Amino acid sequence: MTLLKHRLFWPVAALVTLVVVNVIANPNFAKVTMRDGDLYGNPVTILRESAPLMLVALGMTLVIATRGIDLSVGAVMAVSGAVSLTIIADSPDPGSLGTVTVAIVVAVLVALVLGAWNGFLVSVLGIQPIIATLVLMLAGRGVALLITGGAITTVTSAPYKFLSNGYLILLPVAFFIWVAVVAIVALVERRTALGMLTESVGINPEASRLAGVRSRGIIWAAYMVSGLLAGVAGIINASNTMAADSNNAGYLIELYAILAVVLGGTSLMGGKFSIAGTVIGVLTVTTLDKTIQFFGVPPAQSPVFFAVVVVIVVLVQSPRVHAWGRAASARMRRTPSSGEPPTGPGAASAAKKHEEVAA
Amino acid sequence: MKKRFLSTFALAGVAALTMAGCTTETGTTTEETAGETTTEAGGGEEAASDVITVGFAQTGAESGWRSANTESMQTAFSEDNGFELIFNAADNDPAAQISAVRNFINQGVDAIVIAPVVEDGWDDVLAEAASAEIPVILEDRTVSASEDLYASWVGLDFEAEGVKAGEWAAEQYGDTETKMVVLEGTTGSAPANDRAAGFASAIEGTMIETIDSQTGDFTRDGGKSVMEGYIANYGIDGIDLVFAHNDDMGLGAIEAIEAAGGVPGEDIKIITIDAVKDGMQALVDGKINYIVECNPLLGDQAADLVKKVLAGEDVDKAYYVEDQAFDQAAAAEVIDSRPY
Repeated sequence: MTLLKHRLFWPVAALVTLVVVNVIANPNFAKVTMRDGDLYGNPVTILRESAPLMLVALGMTLVIATRGIDLSVGAVMAVSGAVSLTIIADSPDPGSLGTVTVAIVVAVLVALVLGAWNGFLVSVLGIQPIIATLVLMLAGRGVALLITGGAITTVTSAPYKFLSNGYLILLPVAFFIWVAVVAIVALVERRTALGMLTESVGINPEASRLAGVRSRGIIWAAYMVSGLLAGVAGIINASNTMAADSNNAGYLIELYAILAVVLGGTSLMGGKFSIAGTVIGVLTVTTLDKTIQFFGVPPAQSPVFFAVVVVIVVLVQSPRVHAWGRAASARMRRTPSSGEPPTGPGAASAAKKHEEVAA
Repeated sequence: MKKRFLSTFALAGVAALTMAGCTTETGTTTEETAGETTTEAGGGEEAASDVITVGFAQTGAESGWRSANTESMQTAFSEDNGFELIFNAADNDPAAQISAVRNFINQGVDAIVIAPVVEDGWDDVLAEAASAEIPVILEDRTVSASEDLYASWVGLDFEAEGVKAGEWAAEQYGDTETKMVVLEGTTGSAPANDRAAGFASAIEGTMIETIDSQTGDFTRDGGKSVMEGYIANYGIDGIDLVFAHNDDMGLGAIEAIEAAGGVPGEDIKIITIDAVKDGMQALVDGKINYIVECNPLLGDQAADLVKKVLAGEDVDKAYYVEDQAFDQAAAAEVIDSRPY
């Protein structure tokens, strides 16, 4: 019973169910093969392809914990991909480690600046987070298109390609990148007081300020982290196809990130957040993406399929639905012999209608 | 409290939707301004009496294809060719485009060329142009209005592109058992629907079997991700042929095949449509086997039509521009001379 009460129980249950259903429907879903000392297969692909969404959702978790939201992450990804690939494309030696390092550092710094801009608007000027980050969301892709001159920039650069397509021990580099970032964020937030302070700002900014918490700095930092992580996500995304596609890189990823954060049990009301929950949420979203393919859902129906599964997952996790479930099972046990008003068919049907609404 | 949070989330959704529209817009504005400046520079000198003034209402600049199309139109309607071009890009806004056309009518241009954003809603403004005796030529997309209201249309046949790709596939692989996967374009878009229909009709009755078909949204990332799923599900050996509705998805598929240790163009053959520069390069490199062109260079035909119509010659109501198609050898010959 304590296991049922654990806040990660339902998110994990949703993910496990999804995987199990997939494996039963198509055993190839879980097939992993060894080739040249590296692992290949759909589960490995899911771990690798999760990287951009994972980084973005991690930043989003922190921002949401402060009662904010960051809609600009997709645009920041596009900018960072555009910056890094343009630097590499313009350099005389695209394949050198030095060039790639410079490109990555500059792109991440640009993303950090964009995050700082968001944070400035929200924490210093007090603009509503949705509006503040909407500015960059709208303008960002324009900036990215300006950088690439409206074209899709492509490069050939082995070190850059390694980020998303390379392998370290057995598994893809991109997987290790997100694991490392998750570990760092978790350590900083949970092993210091920062996590608690972030939650207190999210739960009640005014009370925390009166209690001496510097909420401005904490909120600002959350947006900077979100921008920074979106920048890294943009680099991994660009490395995936070795192309900076400003129109499509990270398109709508902000909404999938919000979805992943919520699936992981973090409330959009701010306050308490769960990094492990976000990790589970992202894996659920990515797995769902692959499910559509492995089930062979026709493209015209796939958005509906996605929506239905998401609705089910959200319902399964809803505390209110749990409460109803408990109440319903309790009522069943009590046997339905309780008094009904015998005032005619009209009242009976009205009562019945009421039941249906309650159900 | 709960309600407030819900509405916040809804707002986020709305905001995101707006963004979908606006991103393209932000992107286009810069290009549009660039386009407008060149035109102004070109049309700066006052026109002599035999100069034909043409108003061109473009959809916007949403893709590389569109930019190439705009460039082609601007070159064809240049001063050297005896035109003065008034260029307008509507940022994919039908209302803005109609008002631009109305402006052209008020300015008293000699002819109007339109690449309609949408098919419907053109009757009134086309009737106005007709009563002002200004001929209208449609380019690329068409309209639902009566044929009497415009002089002619020039554009491409997406279905024919699919047929062409399918015929080549049938000829090359139709006699042996071939398992094909498809990377579809954006669900519901005309090029995706028509190319799929054309291809399917061309391979009917051959031994090519479509084992799976999913959308890659016309993007590289989408193409790669879907292809990875195919490979995980069927294995490199279980797939013989990929048909991608555009080059970008084909390029993504190449990445996925290479990452899985296969050789694109050998282990798995690839057929795509578009013939943009990167795609042609991959074709020359042997990673793609066949590309059917989707030609954005409609400028010359449109300019020709305008001249004919103004000279009072009879023209057909529709001109399909012939798309070329390239195998690897043909691509190597033309790649350096291609303008886009």
